[in-house]
Amino acid sequence: MTTTTLAVLVPLLPFLGAAAGLLLGRTAPGFVRPLAVLPTVAALVLAVLVAVRQGGGKAVDAATQLTPTGSVPIELALHLDGFAALTAVLVGVVASCVQIYSTGYLRDDPRYPSYAALVSLFTSAMLLVVYSGDLMVLLVGWEVMGICSYFLVGHYWETPEARAASLKAFLVTKLGDVPFLIGLFALAADAGTFRITGVLGAVTAGGIDHPTLVALLLLAGVAGKSAQFPLHTWLPDAMAGPTPVSALIHAATMVAAGVYFVARLLPVFAASAAAMTVLAVMAALTMVGSALAALAQDDIKRVLAYSTIGQLGYMSGALAVGDRGAAVFHLLSHGAFKALLFLAAGVVIHAAGTNSLAAMSRMSGLARRVPDAYWTMTVALLALAAVPPFAGFFSKEAVLVAAEHTALGDRDVAPAGAGWIVFAAGLLTALLTAAYAARLWLLAFHGKGAEAPDHGRQPVAMNAVLWVLALPSLAFGLAVTSLDDWFDGNALTPTTTTAVLGTGLALAGGLVTYAAWRRAVPRAAHVPIGAVAAHPDAEPAVSEAEAIATHAPAYGSIASAPDPADPGRLLLGPLHRHAATGFHLDAVYTALFVRPVRAAASLVRFLDREVVDTYVRGAGATTGLLGAAVRRAQTGNVQTYLSVLLAGSVVLAVAAVLVAAGA
Amino acid sequence: MHLAYPAVLAVLLFCTGLYGVLARRNAILVLMSVELMLNAVNLNLVAFDVWLRDTLHAGQALTLFTIAIAAAEIGIGLAIVLMVYRNRGTADIDRLRDNAETPGGDEADHEQTGKKAEATA
Repeated sequence: MTTTTLAVLVPLLPFLGAAAGLLLGRTAPGFVRPLAVLPTVAALVLAVLVAVRQGGGKAVDAATQLTPTGSVPIELALHLDGFAALTAVLVGVVASCVQIYSTGYLRDDPRYPSYAALVSLFTSAMLLVVYSGDLMVLLVGWEVMGICSYFLVGHYWETPEARAASLKAFLVTKLGDVPFLIGLFALAADAGTFRITGVLGAVTAGGIDHPTLVALLLLAGVAGKSAQFPLHTWLPDAMAGPTPVSALIHAATMVAAGVYFVARLLPVFAASAAAMTVLAVMAALTMVGSALAALAQDDIKRVLAYSTIGQLGYMSGALAVGDRGAAVFHLLSHGAFKALLFLAAGVVIHAAGTNSLAAMSRMSGLARRVPDAYWTMTVALLALAAVPPFAGFFSKEAVLVAAEHTALGDRDVAPAGAGWIVFAAGLLTALLTAAYAARLWLLAFHGKGAEAPDHGRQPVAMNAVLWVLALPSLAFGLAVTSLDDWFDGNALTPTTTTAVLGTGLALAGGLVTYAAWRRAVPRAAHVPIGAVAAHPDAEPAVSEAEAIATHAPAYGSIASAPDPADPGRLLLGPLHRHAATGFHLDAVYTALFVRPVRAAASLVRFLDREVVDTYVRGAGATTGLLGAAVRRAQTGNVQTYLSVLLAGSVVLAVAAVLVAAGA
Repeated sequence: MHLAYPAVLAVLLFCTGLYGVLARRNAILVLMSVELMLNAVNLNLVAFDVWLRDTLHAGQALTLFTIAIAAAEIGIGLAIVLMVYRNRGTADIDRLRDNAETPGGDEADHEQTGKKAEATA
């Protein structure tokens, strides 16, 4: 088979698996698991084959036109370069891990068939985005992911949190998708084609008339999908979905799509210095704000969600300084360790029976209960905090190096100001990232108090997946020297300055958090807190669904807990209150959008009920009144009728006579 | 003879009949009044036939038709009045108000007719 055929099969297999799973889910329950796992694994194998054949060499392009589509042709096109090949492998790895993990995590779920099919569809859509060489076909995958995320985040739709979160995820991403679509049209109108190669060619030839406008419109969609400020608010709430879904959305699909899209079309963005600066500011705000917010969250998954936003900020930062190699490198290593973090968090939530860090910190022996999750999560947190020699260190260094080069003027793809912004924010975020990673680790695994509840052994499917993902989290960074060939050829190796700065700040963040934790931990004994949902025999997802549903009633808020023993509270001080709510951005959106929309809705309701309906009711009532009046004439007395008949005839006769007489 | 005499007589007859139809309460007297009106018309037909000197005497022929039809009509009318009187014990038109519309009386009407149907059965 040619590389092109293999590449076509990669998105097609999970799609067929999803279709078969949806059709056969009820009639043949025995086939659901193989139909969920096998196509995804096969897609992974094929993606690896494609990557090996492509080998980081010249991009493979193939296109076919199904039907003429008017002025700008839409073609089924593939564009396989190093970025596409490697990203597809990441998507395949994470999706396979998530599917295998789900067979254990949701083993008794009555909606497992539709869930697994939607995960397959999600994977297929992401692979389509990755391989597609045509912007319209890419948009199809982009939108399919949006609707799949809506269904998957709302998997526990019995809880109001999940319903609200799924709607929010859908609406906020759609808010970005509208300008995105307009941006695509504007881009195609300027370039005369939807093909990525054609667009890039037009950019090189200077054929784009409004680069800033196009880039900013596209950025809106990217901000929505990749959860960048100010459209990131859907992502922490999306934690109401099952853990494997969070892993899928946060690591490899959906949020990665935005970054990947910018990486593909980077020359379009680079054509406008304003767009690059906007992207840099957006990335910097996202990075620092989300890192502060992560330090204040109580739900373990929300900490990870804010950390995802922050790491995506790094990727956007790398793009803002024009180094897409560094961005995609960080995307790959982040995909591996963030998937691991989420899947391990699922194990921890099940074992602890709660998603609250405050409750876990009053529990001893959690690390002994789930040794696999403990060790793999430690690896992943070290990678997240960018401690050498873990994967995160190398990829984050690549971003910082790119920012440094741009700031110092060694590279002129982006303005130097953007370089400085990204560099400063990146260093600050490195400190904060290490702090919240250390906080998460200390609170979750080093609690003191009653023994953690016994949930029995975790399923092998779940533990094995953790070790599979721990491998790239540990060692992917060592591939840094050979990765340049796959990307644009910019060196991705760390320089001494950034390495010392980054590692020093990470160590400082970790140590400060440790000191704060040592000071705060004695207070834990005075304030008992925590609610545990123990279901030793049920599937792990049951504990999680209950933990999510009970967090707000038990701790007063979905995000934070009133825990004085929290080192984050000590470190953030008065900022904690604001950070816990994500700097009140949700409140701002409520005031700016939700309330006006509600007010408009009630106005429309009033107009409909009171004004429009009055006419409708009036039409009915008038007819009724007229009818009643006519009824009164129906006395039943024949002589009355005849009298009226006579009177009418007389009137007509007189009228006829008058007309005839010409009066 | 001048045409005015029969014409005036016909008008008087017709008005008397009209008054009877509109004002009398007894159904038989109403029928008799209808006969008066018909005969006023007959009188007119004959008078104008003579006055116009119609060779075919269409007026007189039409009068004969009217008389024959009036006889049939009064026969049927009297039979109906007789049946009504047997059923209701009265031939008073003011009391025969089954077709009256009462406010909100659709269901009541149906009930009444239903009862009536039972009674006749």
